[in-house]
Amino acid sequence: MDFSLSKEHEMARQLFKDFAETEVKPLAQEIDQEHRFPRETVDKLAKYGFLGIPVPKELGGQGCDVLTYAMCVEELSKVCGTTGVIVSAHTSLCVDPIMTFGTDEQKQKYVVPLAKGEKLGAFGLTEPGAGTDAQGQQTKAVLDGDEWVLNGSKCFITNGKEADVDVIFAVTGKVEKLGKMMKEISAFIVEKGTPGFTFGTKENKMGICGSATYELIFTDCRIPKDNLLGKQGKGFNIAMHTLDGGRIGIAAQALGLAAGALETTINYVKERKQFGRSIGAFQNTQFQLADMATKVEAARLLVYKAARAKDQFQKDGKSAYGVEAAMAKLYAAEVAMEVTTKCVQLHGGYGYIKEYDVERMMRDAKITEIYEGTSEVQRMVISASLLK
Amino acid sequence: MKVVVCIKQVPDTKGGVKFNPDGTLDRGAMLAIMNPDDKAGLEAALRLKDQYGAEVTVITMGLPKASDVLREALAMGADKAVLVTDRVLGGADTWATSTTLAGALRNLEYDLIITGRQAIDGDTAQVGPQIAEHLGIPVISYAQEIKVDGDKVTVKRQYDDRYHMVEVKMPCLITALSELNDPRYMTPGGIFDACQAEITTWGRADLKDVEDGNLGLNGSPTKIAKASDKVRKGAGEKFVPDTPEDAVNIIVGKLKEKHVI
Amino acid sequence: MNMSPETIAQYKGVYVFAQQVDNKVSGIAYELLGKARELAEPLKTDVTAVLIGSGIKDLADSLAEYGADKVIVVDDPELKEYRTEPYAHALASVINEYKPEIMLVGATAIGRDLGPTVSARVATGLTADCTVLDIGDFPLQPILGKEDEQLHNQLLMTRPAFGGNTIATIACPYNRPQMATVRPGVMQKIEPKKGAKAEVIEYNPGFTPDNKYVEIKEVVKAVSDVKDIMDAKILVSGGRGVGSPENFKILEDLAAAIGGQVSCSRAVVDSGWKPKEMQVGQTGKTVRPNVYFAIGISGAIQHVAGMEESDIIIAINKDEDAPIFDVADYGIVGDLNKIVPKLTEEIKAAAAAK
Repeated sequence: MDFSLSKEHEMARQLFKDFAETEVKPLAQEIDQEHRFPRETVDKLAKYGFLGIPVPKELGGQGCDVLTYAMCVEELSKVCGTTGVIVSAHTSLCVDPIMTFGTDEQKQKYVVPLAKGEKLGAFGLTEPGAGTDAQGQQTKAVLDGDEWVLNGSKCFITNGKEADVDVIFAVTGKVEKLGKMMKEISAFIVEKGTPGFTFGTKENKMGICGSATYELIFTDCRIPKDNLLGKQGKGFNIAMHTLDGGRIGIAAQALGLAAGALETTINYVKERKQFGRSIGAFQNTQFQLADMATKVEAARLLVYKAARAKDQFQKDGKSAYGVEAAMAKLYAAEVAMEVTTKCVQLHGGYGYIKEYDVERMMRDAKITEIYEGTSEVQRMVISASLLK
Repeated sequence: MKVVVCIKQVPDTKGGVKFNPDGTLDRGAMLAIMNPDDKAGLEAALRLKDQYGAEVTVITMGLPKASDVLREALAMGADKAVLVTDRVLGGADTWATSTTLAGALRNLEYDLIITGRQAIDGDTAQVGPQIAEHLGIPVISYAQEIKVDGDKVTVKRQYDDRYHMVEVKMPCLITALSELNDPRYMTPGGIFDACQAEITTWGRADLKDVEDGNLGLNGSPTKIAKASDKVRKGAGEKFVPDTPEDAVNIIVGKLKEKHVI
Repeated sequence: MNMSPETIAQYKGVYVFAQQVDNKVSGIAYELLGKARELAEPLKTDVTAVLIGSGIKDLADSLAEYGADKVIVVDDPELKEYRTEPYAHALASVINEYKPEIMLVGATAIGRDLGPTVSARVATGLTADCTVLDIGDFPLQPILGKEDEQLHNQLLMTRPAFGGNTIATIACPYNRPQMATVRPGVMQKIEPKKGAKAEVIEYNPGFTPDNKYVEIKEVVKAVSDVKDIMDAKILVSGGRGVGSPENFKILEDLAAAIGGQVSCSRAVVDSGWKPKEMQVGQTGKTVRPNVYFAIGISGAIQHVAGMEESDIIIAINKDEDAPIFDVADYGIVGDLNKIVPKLTEEIKAAAAAK
């Protein structure tokens, strides 16, 4: 058991921290209030390779590991939850499935520009009638000659209109499983600009307001036959595998939000004076900080352990990391909500004002308990592994 | 084209300052960063690499821990790194530092040497020009812009109230201002490579044409007589007036009392 | 690298590099002469100005008025514009020829290039950016049992380091000359003695261009009609708290009413509101006016380092915990937008009543 970070990881953390403080933090409040996608930040993320961290160099990436990627999302989220999720959705939900399940041609065509950040990625699974229950899929894909024809829509898609490449799931038929007729789901790669692929309204959200969350609409959208990702009918497995990895990214985002709120609050309680002394001098404050710091550290260990487990999978192609990822996400998300809420409380009235970062962090934290599998879904995943 | 950039690991002055009992700085007790002017110099060199394929070598003198800034430079894109470290080099002032670095630079091929104008710990701005003097090459300090054309460099040299466009034939030494550019970040992949990269380490024996008497504490003509935290002027009177009128009355009263008005 | 006591004894006199630009003596030269006079007294020696340039001989008289007993003039066409090489050759040759015990150079963009080059050439120590110079003993206290090793009449050079967080006093006991660059605006000029004359010595070591002579392609002077803030008796200085470049108007009005000038903090320069030459602080200018108004300036240590020697510091800031209040003689917690315009009116009224 070695909990110390390598030199590489220490340096990478410092890099992400400097970048976040200098490039991301100054925009955090503005993009939140204006509900504006931070394109300028994405360009910088691309320039420095932050959009291809766990991708091999041969595929245009940085050749680093999942832990480094998780640390990147953590540090970005410490100052801006929006920026954290942009990187997470791109890397975990779009680059990762193409890298894992794509053909060599697909990897060259899509992973290389995505990892270099020349293109941004998104992932479309959720539909109005298919959230937690992916079997509720309505979007259909029908093979017509050399093309798949897509019809249907996807909702709550992070990076929506801003993404150039989307991994989309659709029903391609029906199969009998254990005597029941089940939908056969397949995964596809769809490029922005394909005729028949349009965007619905942009969602007006509680938090992560700078991220572009859109409805994706497919109306007789024809894509080449070669854009089927993985084997036909393997879409559900691809989606589940992808979400296992995505949960590490979201867990890292939640961890970052909690850690960032805690750091901000520690500085605040040292400065803020009430009854003639700093509020950090009160035992109530001290004990709350102690509890929060302990939970943040516990969340960090779970997140890093899950990242390490996925690194092992990247090496051997078989190690499991789904339960680790579920635990990390469940715990980190709940810690994020609890810590940001308490941090608002410690800020008093100021915590409720938009000029104070903890107000935004608390709103941003809530989504981490919901997307890429609600906390309830994580409990299902974890308990299923216990009772199998 | 070969460019050598001299960089220094410095304590981050934001983190507070600590001393050894002998009055020298206790660098180990402070956070360490790459000196900002040096980083601008490195960025200038890396741009020459981007433009002309220049080979960029970074060199530093310090404790073994100073290899951290070399790895940072490699992660930003430098090609080679040299650490000059030896017990006998400790406690050097700018003279002894510049003789040491000149001794190391004599082992390297260079067309251009870039140093930062000054380090944020000492703020002396001396080591760059002194290295040039020891090597017998021209120095252009306070560079705001650097352009290379064949075997010549053109530098925008800043003065208090003007600048000179100066042209010189390489080899030469330029000291960079942090205003020169915005240094790039490292890349994550660059960090992973840098941590595996080999760093050349030189000691006293590797320095060329340098006498022992010009090295380290003993080879330093300047000696610290006293070093201390700065004692600040104490706070005067502070007023929290209820109205702007009260505030103005206080100020005008004081100005009259002191015969300013 | 130490010199023998016999060699050291040959070095005499306090020398000042009398910087000139465009054949006008820079203010720093007079400041250094003022200090050199003080240092020469306990040493019982005289003060020599070293004037380097082209067609600059007639500047010698003004150096005499500000305290030079002798002026060594190195006049050569090669020395028209400042370039490291011919200037370093000129000054190093003067040092080798005349052997001064102390050589002071201004810590200007010229002096901070010339000083290190010359010190390396003549193989002596150089202490940068000094703010205090004294004559004293090294070590400061005699070492028990080695009392006779304590050296007297040494130049003790005090300088800030670490962005003003620390100060160090440095000596150069075993080499000569003892060289220092000195921050502009710190030392005091003497009251000029009209008609004073110095012994003028012309000296030319010969100049042969070599690889170190750079070519100046262009000289571009910053166009500026702003008076140097270092010369102001009253400074009205604004920080980020002023809010906008437009709002500096209220500071300009106050400065006009009280007969002062506007200066600013680094944050203001970084925001592009005011030019660099108006910046006070570690990376800007050191000022010591009679009155310094710090308006909407939080008082970062780098700023304080450039203004704390002011006679009276008046701070106006809405943040009662701002560190500027730790150095202000009079601190006013309040809204500068309300206070400053009213203050301007009151000062105008007071002036009219006189």
